[in-house]
Amino acid sequence: MQYKDYYEVMGVERNATQDEIKRAYRKQARKYHPDVSKEPDAEQRFKSIGEAYEVLKDPEKRAAYDQLGANWKAGQDFDPPPDWDQGFEFHGGGFTGADAQHFSDFFENLFGRGGAHGYAHAAGAGAGGFDMHGEDSHARVVIDLEDAYSGATRALTLKHSEIGSDGRPRQRERTLKVRIPRGVRQGQHIRLAGQGSPGMGRGQAGDLYLEIEFRQHPFYRVEGKDVWLDLPVAPWEAALGATVKVHTPAGSLDLKVPPNSSGGRKLRLKGKGIPAKDPGDLYVVLTIATPPAGDERAREAYEAFSRAFGSYDPRAQLGG
Amino acid sequence: MLETETNPLQGDLMEDMTDLTLAQLCRACRVPAEVVIELVELGLVEPVGGEPGAWRFPYISVRRVRCAQRLQRDLEVNMPGAALAIELLEELDRLRARLRQIDPNLDRY
Repeated sequence: MQYKDYYEVMGVERNATQDEIKRAYRKQARKYHPDVSKEPDAEQRFKSIGEAYEVLKDPEKRAAYDQLGANWKAGQDFDPPPDWDQGFEFHGGGFTGADAQHFSDFFENLFGRGGAHGYAHAAGAGAGGFDMHGEDSHARVVIDLEDAYSGATRALTLKHSEIGSDGRPRQRERTLKVRIPRGVRQGQHIRLAGQGSPGMGRGQAGDLYLEIEFRQHPFYRVEGKDVWLDLPVAPWEAALGATVKVHTPAGSLDLKVPPNSSGGRKLRLKGKGIPAKDPGDLYVVLTIATPPAGDERAREAYEAFSRAFGSYDPRAQLGG
Repeated sequence: MLETETNPLQGDLMEDMTDLTLAQLCRACRVPAEVVIELVELGLVEPVGGEPGAWRFPYISVRRVRCAQRLQRDLEVNMPGAALAIELLEELDRLRARLRQIDPNLDRY
């Protein structure tokens, strides 16, 4: 078991006042709340902060924790000394309310497992005919845009807690194979009935909700059911018009570039967005790619170009 | 891709299902009706239908109610504060999506 430095997690000195700890917690919680933060490790950080605050906000727990001494370093291998909590009384079973399911082994060893009483009680009552609907679970599944066009099957590994034969919850892993329907969009939810937490007694199992998230694609951008793609064209293709091959999530297509197109021109391919009864559109935005003036012939071509368009001012719009 | 002998589970795409009643929304979010009614009064979730018995909620309401609950519980904000935060966060998401269309390399912020 590794020692956790709750003061370091909270970003306060060991002699911080309770008010300072509360202020630090509120600030950190706002910063790392998983609904607010875009940091990839926000959820983990938020849980660590919650665990640290659970100890530091409570003068009894804080005093007991301080008594372990200040010489421990975070991550150091740690076993609580025998009778370490002698003379301390933790009111409310040493657990006061936060979502304690994800507290570390370190916390549980010192202060006990939050919620275990509640679970054991419900499980015990189950034998006597206590029925309770299982909790709904929520998870996120990351798919590629192409999966939304064709449908796909994904294997998901989910962690969940289960009540063991001793009435205490434990972490279990399970793998589910799930069909991702064609036409699914970013942020939508798939419900798998009965795949949430098991019920108590004769209570039904809860449902599992999967939130769809698209993996960031190097070329395509998605907005609702519409898909956007930047398409580079040569200057002469844009000026004279051309038919070019475009790779899209719907397969290869021949796209007509109209003559006299300029950079930024938006071409809509109706119905080539994400499939649905009323499918989305694919928008192709033209960008003009200029070949390098790498050798004598290329330079001559650009010079001829320049002579032919002698009076053309690309910056005329800017004035001055 | 993982191939196993079991058949894949087929789920319901919630957004394609019919809208939720007040009772269904409460069950999906595990909140009492008073919480949903307060959020309706704040305009964060908008049912169609005249009175609570006839209300029908679009599925996005589940996400908003759950998020409001978490913000209230974790950050000690009140309901109007949570509603304001959610509207601003959704606006931020829309702006980030627009920004990505202008510059795809700005994929994180």
